[in-house]
Amino acid sequence: MALPQTIPFLGWSWDDLIFLVLAGLMLGGAVMVVIGRNIIRSGLFMILSFAALAGFYVLLGAPIVAAAQVLIYIGAISVLILFAIMLTQSKAGPSRLVFHHQAWAGAIAAIGLASLLVLVVLSTDWPAQVGQGTAAGTTAVAQLLFSEYVLAFEVVSVLLLAAVIGGVFLAKREESLDPGERAGDEPTLGRNQSPPVQADGRPSASTPRQVSGSARSTTAISERP
Amino acid sequence: MTQSLDAYLILASLLFTIGTFGFLARRNAIAMLMSIELMLNAVNLAIVAFGAYVPTLAEDGALIALFVMAVAAAEATVGLAIIIAIYRNRRTPLVDEYASMRE
Repeated sequence: MALPQTIPFLGWSWDDLIFLVLAGLMLGGAVMVVIGRNIIRSGLFMILSFAALAGFYVLLGAPIVAAAQVLIYIGAISVLILFAIMLTQSKAGPSRLVFHHQAWAGAIAAIGLASLLVLVVLSTDWPAQVGQGTAAGTTAVAQLLFSEYVLAFEVVSVLLLAAVIGGVFLAKREESLDPGERAGDEPTLGRNQSPPVQADGRPSASTPRQVSGSARSTTAISERP
Repeated sequence: MTQSLDAYLILASLLFTIGTFGFLARRNAIAMLMSIELMLNAVNLAIVAFGAYVPTLAEDGALIALFVMAVAAAEATVGLAIIIAIYRNRRTPLVDEYASMRE
């Protein structure tokens, strides 16, 4: 049984209904990401927003981009961010202030940017869609990727390799290194000797105790006057 | 008719603006990173919309969106590694307490 061409009682086409539902899901999810108090919930709403965006890619006739969105954003980046959230959760985290004190300035800037962008979009004559044959076929995309964009493809692969190595290096916990050996080094993030932590969980970076904690180190932190 | 290039571009603008506000206003470093991801997704939506509505750009739009996704994945990896490394030293994910580089 085929669906009717338009939605009964409303007269909209199905595409319009799907567009509106996806738009509501995406913008609502994005707003919840930004204003949510609980950061884990923010991460989950981000997944919702990304999924709605994958639906938009299907509507726009780019199925390969939709598949990549599901694989990369929902499958990889969101999980990575959720792991990082769980690694950096502190007990005092969710109950404290969510926004900066100057958040109103950010809100004004965002509203100004939104009105400017909408004004630009509405006042420009964009080209109208020509025909229906504009879907990005996967075969054509693959042929273009390995002919005209092959240099960019290689550069992206090198970039991903560099990102993997950099991520492993930055997040690595250097237990075996004696912190005294690294004292002459530049102040990398690998110094695993964390500064002494006060009772309320805040680091005591600005106290002189820091100097005794990472002894002999000539880093910028301990050189403060 | 809701579906036109205008509608998609306005949608992308709103998503980008929400991401901008989140980046400027949130205190948590990971929330700022999530806002950056929202902004990158907004740009991707605009690129794919242009690709769908300008017939000569259909495949190029999809490809550029895929490249943006790869760069976003690299950026998320390195950004989260930096945040975890800083968290290990400072025991807080809140950016306004990372004040030791200020003076």
